[in-house]
Amino acid sequence: MENSKKVLEVKNLSAVYNTEAGVVKAVNDISFTIHEKETLGLVGETGAGKTTTALSIMQLLPEKTGEIKKGSSIMYNGDELIGKSQAEMRLIRGACISMIFQDPMTALNPLMTVGEQIYESLDIHNVNNKSKQELEARVDELLELVGIPAKRKINYPHEFSGGMKQRIVIAIALACEPLLLIADEPTTALDVTIQAQVLNLMRELKEKLSTSMIMITHDLGVVAQTCDKVAVMYAGEIVEYGRIEDIFDREKPHHPYTIGLFDAIPSLVGESTRLKPIDGLMPDPANLPTGCHFNPRCKQCTEGCKKDGEMYIYRDGEHMIRCNLMKGEGK
Amino acid sequence: MLKYIGRRILVLIPTLLAVVFIVLFIMNLTPGDPGTLILGEQASREEIEAKNEELGFNDPFPVRYVNYVVDLCQGDLGNSWKTGRPVMGELLSRLPVTATLAIGSILIGSIVGILFGILSAVKQYSFLDFAGTTIAMALASFPGFWIGMMLILFFSLYLRWLPSFGAGDLKHFILPWITAACPLMASQLRMTRTSMLEVIRADYIRTARAKGQKESKVIIQHALRNALLPVITIMGINFGASLGGTVTIETVFTLPGVGSLIIEAIRMKDVPLVTGATVMLATFFALIMLVVDVMYAYIDPRIKSRYTRK
Repeated sequence: MENSKKVLEVKNLSAVYNTEAGVVKAVNDISFTIHEKETLGLVGETGAGKTTTALSIMQLLPEKTGEIKKGSSIMYNGDELIGKSQAEMRLIRGACISMIFQDPMTALNPLMTVGEQIYESLDIHNVNNKSKQELEARVDELLELVGIPAKRKINYPHEFSGGMKQRIVIAIALACEPLLLIADEPTTALDVTIQAQVLNLMRELKEKLSTSMIMITHDLGVVAQTCDKVAVMYAGEIVEYGRIEDIFDREKPHHPYTIGLFDAIPSLVGESTRLKPIDGLMPDPANLPTGCHFNPRCKQCTEGCKKDGEMYIYRDGEHMIRCNLMKGEGK
Repeated sequence: MLKYIGRRILVLIPTLLAVVFIVLFIMNLTPGDPGTLILGEQASREEIEAKNEELGFNDPFPVRYVNYVVDLCQGDLGNSWKTGRPVMGELLSRLPVTATLAIGSILIGSIVGILFGILSAVKQYSFLDFAGTTIAMALASFPGFWIGMMLILFFSLYLRWLPSFGAGDLKHFILPWITAACPLMASQLRMTRTSMLEVIRADYIRTARAKGQKESKVIIQHALRNALLPVITIMGINFGASLGGTVTIETVFTLPGVGSLIIEAIRMKDVPLVTGATVMLATFFALIMLVVDVMYAYIDPRIKSRYTRK
């Protein structure tokens, strides 16, 4: 893996929203790398900055409020994305990096047939000047690929169920065989039985097309099923990062937040009457606590954690934990 | 779809019956009688009574209502009490002017309004947006006769480019069109802007951008079409209203339109003419709304499926 090609390398990415209520620090200095065919899971609560990270990569942050801070770097295939013009980014969006959005109910244009919407994606990036018939054939092929009969391409989004809509969204995202697919909570809006279908479909297609993927989710079950690497995000920071074996190995040291996330999963064996949530709420990203951002909710918080200054970073191979408690564990 | 249109036209019948009832009933409550109106104050009591009897004015109200409806079914709107000429002819003679005025002003108002509405929404809070909405507010606030007179002063008296009154060729209509278009432009701009702003934030717009689609195509192909429904509704309502004639504009430009005819008829208590005009306008309005609804179905497949399923 180490030698395979880096598809995406994010370094020191910081993104803010300039709102009337103040500067919202949505993403603070995060770095990660995705190699070919790898899947990275971005895990965290609502508001942790997962979607902002994704939109930053796509350069689709809201124009008026969103801003990527200086010093951030997003390298796609060795090519810096930050600072690219909209025209240059358009060639990358959809063709090289695609995105699947959270809510399939609203992600499709209600006034266009699904065939037209898939066709549009192909037509925009039609570099080989394929004929209309060839593109239409590709639309059929894509629909069949995601398990929808091609004859239904003349139907409108409202004529499909939620799960089928998400398949269509996937078909659109994969239309131009991108190298990187960003899936922003692709199954959150779907019910559980459909979730499994959609996840399996995505995994199959990813294998078939050898696409790398960023899987944004708050569901650790989804992570376990699909990801090679995991980045746990909290208040815009990656608090723990590692291979899936590292993160899911409870013997290894973990960030208190990661431990909290795992403890919050109800156990199927043994008796548990109550859920074990992490106490407290995500801090206001416009007004982050000093020191470690997790300190108000951390049970093992020390005085040192509340002070501003360099956080201790534990490293063991690829496994990274951003926590002062790891000082004893370090190598 | 045809079934739906047919049903809508059938619904028009009770609507018109109700309209006729309300208009006749209200006119019935006002004082005055056709005999006096036609023969004048000098006529003798007997002559007036005879005339009233002849016109059926002395019949009880329900009888007059039924008679009117029966005539209406035969396409007869009765004769004007004032002139004695058929109401239908009176209306039809005034309609071309009003229709020309209405169609022209709707076209100008909609095209300009929608265009600047889109620009305002796309460049929200920019100078263009600010200028557009402010000018629109100003245009909507100035009374039509003032705008009309200013246009006459400038283009007719000062530049001597355009005629200031009458309804000859289309040249006579340019100033009235612009005058009538001003408030329409303003409402169209506001509506388009609001509707577009809502749509631009929609998820499917983000999807379109994520596909790598050009911004211009995102706006026109994806956003505008979705934002169109309320815009078309406003257009329909405005069109229906302007077919009723715009009295101030007709007065300023001395255009022989429907509006001044109706005002005159109301003043003279010319019941058949008032009722006939109201029936005509109600029919037009209902038909325009039907066209608007059919356009809805062509724009939005979800609405279409609702129509056809029933």
